[in-house]
Amino acid sequence: MRILVVEDDKDVAGFVVRGLKEAGHVVEHADNGRDGLFLAASENFDAIVLDRMLPGGIDGLHILETLRGQQNTVPVLFLSAMAEVDDRVRGLKAGGDDYVTKPFAFAELLARVEALTRRGKSDAPVTKLTVGDLDLDLLSRQVRRAGQKIDLQPREFRLLEYLMRHAGQVVTRTMLLEGVWDYHFDPQTNVIDVHVSRLRQKIDKPFPTTLLHTVRNAGYMVRAEAG
Amino acid sequence: MNFRPSAIGLRRMDDCPRPVRSLVARMPTFVRDAVWFRSPILRSAGVRFALIYAALLALSALALAVFLWWATAGLLDRQTETAIRADAQGLSERWLDGNLPALMLTIDDRLAQNVDDDAIYLLVDPGMRRLAGNLSAWPTAVTEANIWYPLPVERAGIKSVARAQRFDLPGGYHLLIGRDVRLRAQLRDLLTNALLWALVVVVAMASIGAVVARSLFRRTIANISDTATAIAAGNFARRVALSGRGDEFDQLAETINDMLDRIGRLMDGVRQVSNAIAHDLRTPIARARTKLEDAAMHAKTETDLRAAIEQATVDLDGIVRIFQALLRIAEIEAGSRRSAFTALDLEPLLADLAELYSAVAEERGQTLVLDVSPPLHIQGDRDLIQQAVANLLDNALKFSPESGTVTLSAHSTRTGVEIAVADQGPGIPQEDRGRATDRFYRGETARSTPGSGLGLALVQAVAQLHGGGIFLADAAPGLSAKLSLARGDDILSRNEGRAARDTTAGGMADQSMHVGGLGREP
Repeated sequence: MRILVVEDDKDVAGFVVRGLKEAGHVVEHADNGRDGLFLAASENFDAIVLDRMLPGGIDGLHILETLRGQQNTVPVLFLSAMAEVDDRVRGLKAGGDDYVTKPFAFAELLARVEALTRRGKSDAPVTKLTVGDLDLDLLSRQVRRAGQKIDLQPREFRLLEYLMRHAGQVVTRTMLLEGVWDYHFDPQTNVIDVHVSRLRQKIDKPFPTTLLHTVRNAGYMVRAEAG
Repeated sequence: MNFRPSAIGLRRMDDCPRPVRSLVARMPTFVRDAVWFRSPILRSAGVRFALIYAALLALSALALAVFLWWATAGLLDRQTETAIRADAQGLSERWLDGNLPALMLTIDDRLAQNVDDDAIYLLVDPGMRRLAGNLSAWPTAVTEANIWYPLPVERAGIKSVARAQRFDLPGGYHLLIGRDVRLRAQLRDLLTNALLWALVVVVAMASIGAVVARSLFRRTIANISDTATAIAAGNFARRVALSGRGDEFDQLAETINDMLDRIGRLMDGVRQVSNAIAHDLRTPIARARTKLEDAAMHAKTETDLRAAIEQATVDLDGIVRIFQALLRIAEIEAGSRRSAFTALDLEPLLADLAELYSAVAEERGQTLVLDVSPPLHIQGDRDLIQQAVANLLDNALKFSPESGTVTLSAHSTRTGVEIAVADQGPGIPQEDRGRATDRFYRGETARSTPGSGLGLALVQAVAQLHGGGIFLADAAPGLSAKLSLARGDDILSRNEGRAARDTTAGGMADQSMHVGGLGREP
């Protein structure tokens, strides 16, 4: 994937660019708002990682508003030290697709960037999700693995659905908390782990292979063993 | 206490702008050169008050004396004059009726009837020879009619004073009518003396009063000023002493003391937070630093090194989390989030949270019971209420023993909604409950469990934002945390105005309103 990183802090930018490249992406970097806007408007990217506060007279919000004004729908993830709820709301209202506050864990950033790019692609309505021998039918709300019906609670169903929509991608705990429960706070206990392990009991335990994997220091991933 | 002459109190001439200078130049010399104008003594408000007091007292005493004089001595004089005039009227009528003999007879009659023996009559012919009356000769001083003459008289060897007037009768006859006013004069002298002495006493009293007033004033001001000076010098424990009289000065002192208490509490809060930050963040920072340095010095393999770095990163994430919690609390306390208030139904919100946490409870062998009685409608911030209740549930599950029960209940109250989370843990001792909502407070039993000590502080901030409070009570056994939220129908309408005004001060004002309710059992 082609990703543009607009970030003026050399350390952060270097870290993000290196990490994204290691994850197999093609990365362009701009260290000021002017260059960032020029690159974003003139070239095609699958995602943009955008700092809010930038030198060069054009800040991140301005870049985003300009892009959206040009009907450019490239997914944009804000990466900002402006962490207040209002800042976040403003960023998302301006057309941002996600908001990560500094300091951040790279795994979280990577997972969210990759989730964004996937979101951009899935235009056609999906009625059935399949990973390996696990099927999730969104219409009948039934889950089967190897032809065997699995009973899930509504919340477990939504958790699995979210994981399967992001199959092959790392999904972090906060992404699950926001995506499945719509909670925007940081629970002190490992509530997500508990729910994931309950889900795992139902979809993985009775079967020889594991589909729901724990990714160390990052989160979870649903992936067929072979892949 | 000293009244330092204020540097800007009175300007010197050279400093004055031109118009003022010309005005001063035109002032009478005594005003311009008067010592009092610049006297440092007069700059003392105490002296000014004292002088004003003395002047007012003297003025009122003078007014009283004048009135007394007019009402007594003056009245006597006027009575005398009226009597003489009436006499003259009667005698002139007699003259008109029967001429000279009748008049002389009447004079003799009147003298004979005069019991007080104070009447003086003298009728003389044009040659100033005596015709009737009790004066031997016409006094030389009395030359004009219609003028009051004080007349020294002597009767039976006693010298006395009379008041007399001359009346001219037709035909060159003259009549002198007077009254011996010795007694009245005596009375008047007495009164005058008394009033003069009274004036002296008044002046003395005024002076003493002024001195007393000044010293009272100075003492009261000194009391407040000393306290202010002490506080400015860093002794924040000082308070203005009360006289116990409950007067205006006491009221002022009480207001100042209240203000100082409030400032003290705020300062304590700030100090507590900064201390806590210094202490509670130092520990994890030290831990992270130690791990990194230890790994740099002693790690034998790359795996060891990586593990240490990852551990340190986890520690740093913990520090970041504490920071974020602190900032969140500050953000909530600032009150700006009221703009995000919407109509909420708490029933599904609580059910969701219960579902989220019941899995955690189950894994620990605990039971989470949900007991809500709808309807539970309020105006509020969904995210914040979720976080507050999540914090309470977090706490409850963390401190409940295995196989314990945690109850999440909610019901409508007269003013809003009360959400209660009760656990069967060790609870919080009564004496610590007030502090439990302080930032970084960690109960004795909580020291060994992970946590930042910010959970309840955030709950309290959320409660206060919603016009409610958090009340901790004994659930015997365990702790019952009751989170009250105002229905807030008026909050939305108030919002527009509030949002603009909600500065830190506004937030603080709110705080004080609700802190008062803390610890109160509903």
